[in-house]
Amino acid sequence: MIITEQKPMEEVQEMIAPYEKLFIVGCGTCSTSCQTGGEDEVKEMTEKLGDRVVGWAMVEDPCDLRLDRRDLKAYKEQIADSDAILVMACGAGVQTVGTYSKKIVLPALNTLFIGETERLGKFHDMCKACGDCILDETGGICPLTRCAKGLLNGPCGGQVKGKCEVGDYENECAWVQIYDRLKEQDRLDLFTVFRPPRDYSKKTLKMHHYF
Amino acid sequence: MADKRPAYSQLVKDIRAGKFVLTGELEPEKVTGLEEILVSAKAMKPYVVAANVTDNPLAYAYMNSLVPSWVVQKEVGLETVYQMTVRDRNRLALTSDVLAASYLGIKNILAISGDHTVLGDNKGAVSVYDLDSAQFVYMLHKMIDEGVDVAGNEIHGNVEINVGIAANPNADPLMPEVLKVGRKTKIGADFIQTQTMFDIDKTKEFLKEAEKYKCPTLIGVFPLKSYGIADFFDRFIPGVSVPTELLANMKKAKKEPDKEKRKQLYDEVNLEFFRPFIKEVRKTTSAAGIHVMAVMYERIFEPLLEAF
Repeated sequence: MIITEQKPMEEVQEMIAPYEKLFIVGCGTCSTSCQTGGEDEVKEMTEKLGDRVVGWAMVEDPCDLRLDRRDLKAYKEQIADSDAILVMACGAGVQTVGTYSKKIVLPALNTLFIGETERLGKFHDMCKACGDCILDETGGICPLTRCAKGLLNGPCGGQVKGKCEVGDYENECAWVQIYDRLKEQDRLDLFTVFRPPRDYSKKTLKMHHYF
Repeated sequence: MADKRPAYSQLVKDIRAGKFVLTGELEPEKVTGLEEILVSAKAMKPYVVAANVTDNPLAYAYMNSLVPSWVVQKEVGLETVYQMTVRDRNRLALTSDVLAASYLGIKNILAISGDHTVLGDNKGAVSVYDLDSAQFVYMLHKMIDEGVDVAGNEIHGNVEINVGIAANPNADPLMPEVLKVGRKTKIGADFIQTQTMFDIDKTKEFLKEAEKYKCPTLIGVFPLKSYGIADFFDRFIPGVSVPTELLANMKKAKKEPDKEKRKQLYDEVNLEFFRPFIKEVRKTTSAAGIHVMAVMYERIFEPLLEAF
């Protein structure tokens, strides 16, 4: 899931200041699960902003252009009447709503990561969408995401008792976790494998994917 | 692979000749001059075969390490170990600096990750890590042994540099660290310099575990110039704890009001701890030498190392 957090209200206020009339779009999928852009949060935002809000709508998946078309169709006039759309979704949602509406779009949320949900409100950063997955080699633990330095051949010298020096030793050292997992699975030979430099051009060159 | 690479530097020549080698450390800071570095380099020259020049240690933005590495060799005649972190440069910039180092006659590079930027004095900076330190060792291997950059493009001219890597015997758990060191030695490291050690048992354990990689290892020691430095080390360097008794003795020495006497007391405390430590390493382990990180504390070299 795409994990988001709400921007501080002061920041939202500053962002919307130039626009008199706003339309708000919420997300029925990830941001609902994150409780950052679901119906409850959209209503709360509407109340906070008062008369400036000319309308609001929930889109099942604002990052899906087809669903923006489907779910926002009924609100065409309100959207046209607005100066800007405040989107309570991830960055992909904000942009897709922008593509659909051609309006000024404003992000109400910060997009944090692709993550694991342990329970509501407790999420873990898991994936950077690097485009070249090696989880088969690393015991199902992503070093690119979960090592602060993104090392492919760790650990570095900054772990103490399996905790990372980045973030005051609160986060686990991904490479110690990888070691432990591979050891449990009797696959430590994988730990000694050298991983050559990544080819970052793969990701950079390919922005549009047609399957 | 390490054995096949020629010894380009005096440091590696001495190691391969079976000498117990000593290296020092120089730390260019946020300065535009090199006077202090040159004074330090001159002071340590009689005792060490080479001196490391640090590269933005603890992610503090300092003068780059290449220029002082070159100037120290040229002005003082002391060989340097040019430290290069992969934190601040992508593979293009690393390649450029290795080529420039070759031109300037640098003979040793210590390839390291570097502390994360959030620990430094420009916390908002991006940490590059385009390559990690193992991949940097791989890049150096390609440049030195195969005459190409990491993408396989031909280099005109030879890169004649020996490669060092860092290790942290304080690491707990130790085995991931040992296996990582093994991974790097296989790619092409000529020597290892370790993190600061105060614990002789941990030092011995690491050396025993890493022995199979047959990579000469210099054990890092950090004589403590003052109680403040000792306390800082104890609190902020990952996995390093200054032994309680040593810390207490430093604290006691700090109470001496007379500056000269206090210096003398600090020296005595250090010598009492590090002389036997170094002796033990030399006598009872397979270590190739000692890396003495006595930054701005060169007066300790003579009494500490006179036995060598």
